[in-house]
Amino acid sequence: MASRKEGSGAAGGGFGGAKGKGKAAAAGDSAVKQVQIDGLVVLKIIKHYQEEGQGNEVVQGVLLGLVVDDRLEITNCFPFPQHTEDDADFDEVQYQMEMMRSLRHVNIDHLHVGWYQSTYYGSFVTRALLDSQFSYQHAIEESVVLIYDPIKTAQGSLSLKAYRLTPKLMEVCKEKDFSPEALKKANIAYENMFEEVPIVIKNSYLINVMLWELEKKSAVADRHELLSLASSNHLGKSLQLLMDRVDEMSQDIVKYNTYLRNVSKQQQQKHQYQQRRQQENIQRQSRGEPPLPEEDINKLFKPPQPPPRMESLLIAGQINTYCQNIKEFNAQNLGKLFMAQALQDYNN
Amino acid sequence: MTDACSAQPITVRTEGPICLSCKMAATAPGAAPPAAAPPQSPTATPTAPAGSAPPAAAPTPPAAPAPPPAAPLSAALSGPFPGGRVVRLHPVVLASIVDSFERRNEGAARVIGTLLGTVDKHSVEVTNCFSVPHNESEDEVAVDMEFAKNMYELHKKVSPSEIILGWYATGHDITEHSVLIHEYYSREAHNPIHLTVDTSLQNSRMSIKAYVSAPMGVPGKTMGVMFTPLTVKYVYYDTERIGVDLIMKTCFSPNRVIGLSSDLQQVGSASARIQDTLTMVLQYAEDVLSGKVAADNTVGRFLMDLINQVPKISPEDFETMLNSNINDLLMVTYLANLTQSQIALNEKLLSL
Repeated sequence: MASRKEGSGAAGGGFGGAKGKGKAAAAGDSAVKQVQIDGLVVLKIIKHYQEEGQGNEVVQGVLLGLVVDDRLEITNCFPFPQHTEDDADFDEVQYQMEMMRSLRHVNIDHLHVGWYQSTYYGSFVTRALLDSQFSYQHAIEESVVLIYDPIKTAQGSLSLKAYRLTPKLMEVCKEKDFSPEALKKANIAYENMFEEVPIVIKNSYLINVMLWELEKKSAVADRHELLSLASSNHLGKSLQLLMDRVDEMSQDIVKYNTYLRNVSKQQQQKHQYQQRRQQENIQRQSRGEPPLPEEDINKLFKPPQPPPRMESLLIAGQINTYCQNIKEFNAQNLGKLFMAQALQDYNN
Repeated sequence: MTDACSAQPITVRTEGPICLSCKMAATAPGAAPPAAAPPQSPTATPTAPAGSAPPAAAPTPPAAPAPPPAAPLSAALSGPFPGGRVVRLHPVVLASIVDSFERRNEGAARVIGTLLGTVDKHSVEVTNCFSVPHNESEDEVAVDMEFAKNMYELHKKVSPSEIILGWYATGHDITEHSVLIHEYYSREAHNPIHLTVDTSLQNSRMSIKAYVSAPMGVPGKTMGVMFTPLTVKYVYYDTERIGVDLIMKTCFSPNRVIGLSSDLQQVGSASARIQDTLTMVLQYAEDVLSGKVAADNTVGRFLMDLINQVPKISPEDFETMLNSNINDLLMVTYLANLTQSQIALNEKLLSL
């Protein structure tokens, strides 16, 4: 029986198999340096997407596990049903509570440590994800979001990444102030919005035995997608998504520029008004009339609203992710093409 | 008699009024078809708890030989059980079972749970499972069916197409309690499958077997239950295959931990694998040529197919294709870098 240390946070009562000392979650600085995932979780996530996630919808689920020192161990997970309009009375919280209670009965770790989501060609940097991850991280210091890319996985290698919000971004989200000044003060660039946490996969001995059994009994894989030279389809789609984002970005930039122009125009107008006022007052004084009262300038010229910068930050982050993915994909394909060339030369 | 016993893989395990012996099975052939006609019904199996005094208790042999009645029974079975007695199993189910075994309560010798999956015209596919708390002692077995129903409802919300297909148990034998539990499950599912995963590693193997139950015995008198084995096939989705290959690597690392490798490393390892398999094939060809191994025509035909699959391209065509592909990739990389520097610039300008 595996004996584990339990992380605190949720119910810390010992029960059944999992014995150990409870560990208090450290206050601000217990960053997670490594995420350790059980093989079972990987298989479950793959299965969930394969069965329920065809098409452009994302599939989501909850990760369960515990925290050991600065490592987050994910030992189990369960999927979330898709959002459908006709089940408006479906209570997500209740589903989650029921599931966790039932899992507790069979000694599965019932502590919530994060969530997972599938992604389409790497597009996951959205406001929704940011909000969800923020609420998770606010409640549970060490939570992560696992992003599973099924299309990249189908090309030959498992693509699973764990992300957390950087502490700086957490601060900004707490304030809920996304104006340009606030962001400038916090000094956030799109690069330090998310931090990626390295993942390792761990299996118990018994699972290893089972894997050996499987290896003996099942047929050898006959499709080696990893070495396929065809790349144009994937590249085409990625570039399409990238172009869409760049368009959005340029629109956003235009909006920001108009705002800046408006601000400067307003400054000029204020200045002109003040000057005119002064001149008039001088004239009146010279004629012996009482000066006009000073009016509150700010009431006359309402400053334009600064556009929230969060959107553009997210778009920049997304564009960055796309570019990263494209570059990795290209590097792989170049390697494969050069290999093919070497083989061809050898044959000739 | 023992040779016949070991040759036939049918496992029977009951006790009490449901006694079976070679003789009884041998005399049943005529009676078997009408007995098997009603599909397994709870009335046909008065499985009494082990405490009742058996009228004609014979010591239960762990494995009884498979007599001719197997044939008419299997005819009755293949009706409601499509796919020719083959169960298709996904690896995630096995991983779940092993994991729940590792987390069992103190003192529990084995764990049981429900199998979920789909049935279609051609096959029965088990894709999911969850464990169910149960208590087992010498005299009785109690399964928390309420829990099982609740979990099934929750699972149905996520995957509405999965139905209860049967149940699993860890351990290497079928016990009397299994018969009882099987009866519980036959109320939930039609012709439930029973899967055993041998976590006690008998014979240094983790044997994974599947069974279906069939009633047997003399009609009118005490009836018994026989578990007939099914073939287990492992199926994978493509992505599952890739996932399993990755997870398998932990078998080789000393502390069972692996990280995810970078892209070029993966290409490198995939090509190394192909290189190994090619070496094996070449070795085989050499052995055949030098006479060490007898030539096999099927393998020869596969080799022919393999060689013919390499496309014949003239060097110029290949050059053009290669160059255009490389140009495409380089251009895209350049564009990606350009975009990245653009947004970096944008950030800098904003913070001025």
